[in-house]
Amino acid sequence: MQTEHTDILEVQFEDVEQQRSTSALGMWIFLCTEIMFFGGLFLAYCEYRHLHPESFAAASSRLDWMLGSINTAILLTSSLTAALAVRAATLRSAGTMRFFLGATIVLGVAFLTIKGFEYHTDYQEGLIPGASFTYSASQPAVQPREVEMFFMLYFIMTGVHAFHMIVGIVAFFILISKSLRNTLTVQTVENTGLYWHFVDVLWIFLFPLLYLVGHH
Amino acid sequence: MNVSTQPLPVVTEPRHAPPNYLNDGYSVRSWLLTLDHKRIAILYMISITLFFFIGGAAAVLFRVHLLTPTGALFDPGTYNKLFTIHGVVMVFFFLIPSIPAVMGNFLVPLMIGAKDLAFPRLNLASWYVYMAGGTLTGYAAIAGGIDTGWTFYTPYSTMFSNTNVIAAATGVFITGFSSILTGLNFIATIHKMRAPGLTWFRLPLFIWAMYATSVIMVLGTPVLAMTVSLLGIERIFHVGIFDPALGGDPLLFQHLFWFYSHPAVYIMILPSMGVVSEIIPCFARKRPFGYKFIAMASVAIAMLGFFVWGHHMFVSGQSMYGGVVFSFLSFFVAIPSAVKVFNWTATLHKGSISLQTPMLYALGFIGLFTFGGLTGLFLACLGVDIHVTGTYFIVAHFHYIMVGGAVMGYLGAIHFWWPKMTGRVYSEFWGRISAAIIFVGFNLTFFPQFILGYLGMPRRYYAYPPEFQVLNVMSTAGASILGLGFLLPLIYLLWSLKYGKRAGPNYWKATGLEWTTQSPPETENFETTPEVVSEPYAYEFMELGNAD
Amino acid sequence: MGILLAAGHFQLFPDQASLFANDVDGLFFFLLTITAFFSILIAGLIVFFSVKYRRSVSPVRPPPPEKMWLELTWTILPLCICMVIFVWGARVFALAFHPPADALDIYVVGKQWMWKVQHPQGRREINELHIPAGRPVRLIMTSQDVIHDFFVPAFRVKQDVLPGRYTSEWFQATEPGEYHLFCAQYCGLSHADMIGTAVVMEPSKYAAWLAESPSGKSMTETGEALYRQFGCNACHGTKAPSLAGLFDSNVVLQNGQTVRADESYLRESILAPRAKIVSGYQTIMPTYKGQMSEEQLAQIIEYIKSLRAFREPEPEKKQ
Repeated sequence: MQTEHTDILEVQFEDVEQQRSTSALGMWIFLCTEIMFFGGLFLAYCEYRHLHPESFAAASSRLDWMLGSINTAILLTSSLTAALAVRAATLRSAGTMRFFLGATIVLGVAFLTIKGFEYHTDYQEGLIPGASFTYSASQPAVQPREVEMFFMLYFIMTGVHAFHMIVGIVAFFILISKSLRNTLTVQTVENTGLYWHFVDVLWIFLFPLLYLVGHH
Repeated sequence: MNVSTQPLPVVTEPRHAPPNYLNDGYSVRSWLLTLDHKRIAILYMISITLFFFIGGAAAVLFRVHLLTPTGALFDPGTYNKLFTIHGVVMVFFFLIPSIPAVMGNFLVPLMIGAKDLAFPRLNLASWYVYMAGGTLTGYAAIAGGIDTGWTFYTPYSTMFSNTNVIAAATGVFITGFSSILTGLNFIATIHKMRAPGLTWFRLPLFIWAMYATSVIMVLGTPVLAMTVSLLGIERIFHVGIFDPALGGDPLLFQHLFWFYSHPAVYIMILPSMGVVSEIIPCFARKRPFGYKFIAMASVAIAMLGFFVWGHHMFVSGQSMYGGVVFSFLSFFVAIPSAVKVFNWTATLHKGSISLQTPMLYALGFIGLFTFGGLTGLFLACLGVDIHVTGTYFIVAHFHYIMVGGAVMGYLGAIHFWWPKMTGRVYSEFWGRISAAIIFVGFNLTFFPQFILGYLGMPRRYYAYPPEFQVLNVMSTAGASILGLGFLLPLIYLLWSLKYGKRAGPNYWKATGLEWTTQSPPETENFETTPEVVSEPYAYEFMELGNAD
Repeated sequence: MGILLAAGHFQLFPDQASLFANDVDGLFFFLLTITAFFSILIAGLIVFFSVKYRRSVSPVRPPPPEKMWLELTWTILPLCICMVIFVWGARVFALAFHPPADALDIYVVGKQWMWKVQHPQGRREINELHIPAGRPVRLIMTSQDVIHDFFVPAFRVKQDVLPGRYTSEWFQATEPGEYHLFCAQYCGLSHADMIGTAVVMEPSKYAAWLAESPSGKSMTETGEALYRQFGCNACHGTKAPSLAGLFDSNVVLQNGQTVRADESYLRESILAPRAKIVSGYQTIMPTYKGQMSEEQLAQIIEYIKSLRAFREPEPEKKQ
């Protein structure tokens, strides 16, 4: 674990403190760009949900809210383990940090596994948008085309989210590897933790919008 | 015309340049894997120049085609591809990066007394990302072309066009990340790496402009990324996000597209305004009038620019009330620009003015931007916009801002900082001649287009009624002159690299930390971090005397 | 390609052929004056200062103090001017959105790359729009494919024409003559060929022109036949809401909202009947999407519009 005195100072910085705080600011700015990136999707979702409330409610009920809830709990817990990893890093406990990073990875993989299972079920039920989409509406106000639109947004939003999770998991692996080689700085762990929290917060918005439409 | 200047200094030419960033390694690897912000700026300068001439060539071709009403040079399909590639290349591969990626990269660390940007590796990555996007879009253009217009409106682009929409959209998507990385770098650098004593209100106005531009780049570009992604998904999967035939809303595309593309125009103009704010004080030997107001105006433009995108959609089918709100807000974004123009003009008052090439470009900018910006009022005004939207009036308006404004600013910047960047002096005679040719050619090209627009000639037309021919011929004549005008700097600037007089550290006797370094600067910029103790633009204390 | 324009002469300013043109041009000249004033002011000052304060005669001086009053003046004054422009512009804009109630409704369908026009009296045309002078005309427009835009410069009005919905523009032509009609939203290959002529005629000549219609049947008559052909009368009036007096009335929906029954509502009710269900009725109406052309849809809508409160559709007579 790097100590305060052996953080490698890059040539453009005056001191380690400047390097760290600049690095943190960089991650915050990046997260702002991520919010804007997802914003467009949320706008599209809002428009179509407003136009087709019944179809969206019907489509949402085809998602497994139980699995979604479990995933939410998993992801929230993984944010906890990530935060504990950052704390361990701050306290210079390399082993504890690696443990919590590993736990975060395990939870992240668990989330993705359940997501994969959900996707597979959707595929089997013919809910993948495109040529093979099949849906028969039970109520007249529900239109298959609109249900397909919901699923398009669902797959894009959760898919892009999952991609961000994969990036985060890879990042955590890299952190563990750097820690073992003693080239890891506390700031890097903090930045990665921050990124992971963002991915978590994103899910907090996605879950009710996608899984809980029409549920009271 | 008799314009008096200080006599150019006599310089005893050293045989070789001192160690500097340009001769710090000659290998290809030392350039392609550089982490030096100055070298990355040069890499960008070369690529941007290339794209500029590609986009310009497309324009020359279709302007020649438009000499006759039936346009016998190209078939409609080719014409449509030409104006599309002109727009895509000029917007995404020239205007958006130009000053930030070239001048910003070069100057931001120097101006704030830093050794480099905050994240040099991200900086290099941004150039590679830019080149990757440019290559993909270039491929799209060559291997069949793209004919949707740079605005990619749906459902034409998603369901009807038979051209390389996906490749071009992906190219734009990739290049967007270059913008985001650059903006991120600038914001972090300006916040955290200013030299001791360099408080916010001691910063050069160019830095304020770069900061405001970076905020837009960072917040706006991701929305473009999402928009073109959805475009690609619709085109591949035919799901109907934007296509009404499948239950989608084409106006959703327009809202998403313009949410980025309107702030994008401020990405294109704010840096030029920053350049003008540096040049005017130097050549008038006077502090900028209303420094704080100019600085705050940059920030105001960046923020307000996010709230007006719907003024591109007044006749789109958007509601009347939506139009009214967007029109109202659009007038507010005009005001900070006006404030800047008045402050620049006031800076000239009781100054000590000399009209070298950079100053000619800066003054040309003020005149042309003022006129072009005022024509923007016509467009913000709902009643007139109904008539002129979709016509050459719009084309004329944005070219006055983009060429008369942004490009003049870019050329002014290149000429102003050329001695610093290259250690060489260009020919002032050819500089002035070119500036004059560009000014004349530009106005002849685009002023007739205002008239054509009000007459009703729509844009993106490969043929037109015969009574519009006279104005079209004038415009094409102007374009030829303008093209010549742009080629001249390419020639004499390159010539100066080998044969130009060597420049000292402060060729123009300007204020600013970049002028305290040698020309060209050493790789690490400053041996010791400078400390700033005075206000900026202290021209009244600078000796003009004989230069270095 | 339509009628060759009689007068294709060089102009610097377009003809004024509608009432609206007058409003727009007035606003335009106001803006032109402001533009000219400020452009000349700034350009003039730049040139004047550059000469008067050239370096050979003007020394470097200490900078003047900041003048807050000046900054405020040149911030607030332009803002006030802009607000005047905004209000004036918004009022002219609002005019364009409020056609008079007695406007003549003409249906336009844009498709790659032609304009199809249908007059209520039944006459159809391609790439031409014949209208009477002195009478407000309202175009009800849709596209069969991509976004187009119906633009007549002489009238100073344009409107994007969208697939899947109606948009509308209105004008009152003043001067008989022939005027350019352009598509003003890029729509693909032959966008520049999607042009035609707006032919403004004296009202008597327009009536005569209409009477030359080949089919002789008005849109309402054709629409009535279609109404039966598609079986609308089987439900409407009994299981489904009566359509008499429906047009332009307020309709209460199942979800409690009230909407105006305009052409867009009628169109949507036929193509996507489940989007808005009338309060108190079942959702049993099938969709007719893909079963009728835009022209037929317009004819049915015209028929429904013609059903005033006291005229019920005739019950189907047994043959």
